[in-house]
Formats: sequence, structure tokens, C-alpha cells
Amino acid sequence: MGTDSAHTVKSYEQELTRLRALMTRMGGIVESQVAQAIAAVTEQDEQAAQAAPAQDAQVDALEREVETLSIRLLALRGPMASDLREIVAALKITGDLERIGDYASSIARRSRKFDLIDGNISLSGLSAMGRLVQDNLRRAIDAISQQDADRALEVWNSDREVDEYYTAMFRALVTYMMEDPRKITTCTHLLFIAKNLERIGDHATNIAERVYYAVTGATLPALRPRGGAALSDPDEVQLP
Amino acid sequence: MSVIANTSGTIAAAPAPFPAAVALEVRNLDFYYGTHKALNDISLDYLSRRVTAMIGPSGCGKSTLLRIFNRMYDLYPGQRAEGSVLFDGVDILDRALDLNMLRSRIGMVFQKPTPFPMSVYDNIAFGVRLHERLSRAEMDARVEDVLTRVALWKEVRDRLRAPATGLSGGQQQRLCIARTIATKPEVVLLDEPTSALDPISTARIEELLDELKRDFTIVIVTHNMQQAARCADRVAFFYLGNLIEVDTADQIFTNPREKQTQDYITGRFG
Repeated sequence: MGTDSAHTVKSYEQELTRLRALMTRMGGIVESQVAQAIAAVTEQDEQAAQAAPAQDAQVDALEREVETLSIRLLALRGPMASDLREIVAALKITGDLERIGDYASSIARRSRKFDLIDGNISLSGLSAMGRLVQDNLRRAIDAISQQDADRALEVWNSDREVDEYYTAMFRALVTYMMEDPRKITTCTHLLFIAKNLERIGDHATNIAERVYYAVTGATLPALRPRGGAALSDPDEVQLP
Repeated sequence: MSVIANTSGTIAAAPAPFPAAVALEVRNLDFYYGTHKALNDISLDYLSRRVTAMIGPSGCGKSTLLRIFNRMYDLYPGQRAEGSVLFDGVDILDRALDLNMLRSRIGMVFQKPTPFPMSVYDNIAFGVRLHERLSRAEMDARVEDVLTRVALWKEVRDRLRAPATGLSGGQQQRLCIARTIATKPEVVLLDEPTSALDPISTARIEELLDELKRDFTIVIVTHNMQQAARCADRVAFFYLGNLIEVDTADQIFTNPREKQTQDYITGRFG
């Protein structure tokens, strides 16, 4: 991060390398959980629905390991400048990753609780939103492992699109429910799933912000570009 | 005209956290040990009533620069400085300068405590007597005042007549700081003042610096990065006789602009 040379103290360098490896591994698992969760919903993939929550324990263990190692580095190495920023960013990113994993598990579990009522409800919007969120998350995780501020900025800029998808999904699902009360159960589940995807997008953006800070030392503006029919907050979308 | 008045324009333009006057103004300073050039074209302002830390690897010139401020190099043949160091409108490098007066206004504390082989009381009174004629009561008051300010009074008030060399290392160093501020200097220079002290004594000295900067301009040379981060308002990084970067301590230790600074403070120097 900002420097190519290695530490004079080799064990310090090894600990930082291990921290980066743990983050990459945690990112990889969470990324697969999200992919499984989306497959569970859009392809009604039963195996994927079970696989995502099964990885929760591993993600939690990695989170604790990152925290322990970060605190150890802070206490014993007295990190400065880019090292300090990287360690603090790791502490916060690990929390974001853990939340993303939780949302993915929640989506996967929910996918088994409803059926799609003879295909009368279109999942194309949810599929597109899922692909976008997955793409953003993949880029955010690449930004972590490659310490790439430009890629982080791309993710930060594209969260607007996720919000727009969420707003569109929200309107469509409420319309389905108004048209046919038999769809309320399914649509409510789908609404929660869309909301969870939107939250995953937000956490991917948080990760991007933290990577950007760790690499450049500069913070991105507090307000990020948001979508959703010119609304500042996707939660404030008007009912149809 | 004083330095402060001369630089009033730059004070107004100074960055927000440091709207302070300039106590020492170093301009295009070169320094030679014989033929070896130890400092290379240094220009730097030391802000009044602020702690400025100078950091850098051994041999980078930071102690050399500190010693220029009270003309320590005059003691050694073959050493010379070129350029200027303005202090209250006067060039410190001016050969006609009264060195005793300079050293009473710019005091110095060294790495190892250097109490004089006399009583605690006389360690402080000795320097004051050179510059001021005080009554016995006034001198007593001065001694108590400076010992209180360095948080030593309670520990030594019953042994003022005992030899200073009987104090602990940390107490001796605080006594040396008391001795330095007793002549009411404007600038206090500290060369690695805690490197020979235990962590508790070090913390006391650091706490003291925070107090002292209300009245004095402080320049400290330290190898301890955490100490610079804790104590200093501004930090200057030197390397091979060059000033690489000077900025707020916050900026230097979280996001330095120069790669050399970054490599040094993160421990990546070859």
C-alpha cells in the first residue's frame, strides 16, 4: 500500500502478509455465499440454499482471527502511516464481510420458504440485481487483495445502480401484491431478499471506501451517489 | 524589526490548525563538518509555542540542526554554518552575537541528564545568577516555581541542599529541564531527552512538554516515533542532510506525502 519495499523486521512483514491472506480468504468465502444465495432464489437451487448458511461458522472464525491479529499488530508493532491504515481498514472490512455473509445466508434460507406460484412472478429484476451486487462485491474483494483504489472507486460509484434496481423491485412487488393477495407471502419474501441484496451492495460500498482510505490516505465524501428515482434514500421510495 | 512582525503576512496564510507566529526561521542553511556537508539547503519555520519534532535515521542531520540553534558548533574547530537562522529578527549565525545571551534565550536539554556537581537548589540558581540579580526571596521563589513546573517540587523540597547527583535519572532530567527554563528562555531544545529514562519517567517528561509549550517553543530530536507522534504538533523528517517533509504530526503519521518518510516511519528503510 503506497510502498513496495518490505519491512526491515521480517516477522512484522509476515504478519501483515498473513492479515492480507486472511482477508482474501474471508472475501472469497463470502463471495461464494452470495453466489449460492442468488442461485438458491433465482434457480431454486436447493443444494445452494443449504451451502450458503453452512459456511457461516467459517466466516465468523475468520472474522475473529482477523480481529485478533489486527489487535496484536496494533499492540506489538505500533504501526504507522500506510500500515496503520491497512490494519484499521482490515478491522472494519472484516465486519462488513461478516454482515454480507449473514445477509447471504438469510437470503438462502428464505429461498426455501416460498414457491413462485406457477411462474407468475418474474424474477428477472432480482436476477439482474443479484448479478450487479455480485459483480460489485467481486470488484470490492479484488480491490482488497490488490490494494486497488481505482477499482474501489468504481464500486463506490456503481452502488447507485443497485439502489435503482431495489426501488424498481419494490414497486413491482407491491404492484403484484395489490393485484393478487395470494402473492403476498411470496412477494414479501422476495421483498426481504431484494432488501438484503441492497444491504450487501451497501456493505460492498463500505469496503470500497475503506480500501480507498487505506491505499490513498484520503476519505471519500460522506454522501455517495445514490439511485432510486432521484431519491436520496432507497428506503423512502413511494408506494405505487 | 522582529521576526514576528516581518512574517505577519505568512502567519495569516498559515494552515488553519497552526495560526502561530514563527519563533525560528531557518533559511537556506548548509552545515559542514570540515569538508563533509551535513546539512543541505534547509529552510524551515519553527512555530512559536508549538512542539516541533525532528526525526530521521542516525546521521540525517537532525541533531546537527538542533545544535546550530544555540551555536554549540562554535566549540569545535572546522565546523561552519552558511545561510541564516532568524530568531527575533537576529541571525543566530552572526559571529558578533553574544553567545551567553543566546543560550539563555535558547536553552538546551541533552540526552543524558547533566546535573552540575552541586546542590539541587544551586543547579537552578547557578544559571539564573549569570543573567539576573535576584534577592534571596526572589531566587527561592524562582527555584520553587520551576521545580513545581517540572513536577519535581514535591519530590525534592526537603532535599534542596542535597547533591543533585543523588536524584534518580528521571528526576535529574526534570531538574535539567527546570534549570533550562529558569532563565526564562523563548525556545527549549531537547536532544533525545528520554532515551536514557524508564517508561514512567518518559511519560512524565512527555506530559511536561505539553505543559511547557504554553510558554515555550519546543524543538525535540527523537528516535522514538511514538514519542514524536504523542508529543509533537509538527514533525520534520530529515534524511542524508536534507529536509524531506514537514507537516502536522497527524498527517506525517497517518498519511505522509513523501515515500521516503513513509518508508522510514513504517520501518522499511534498507
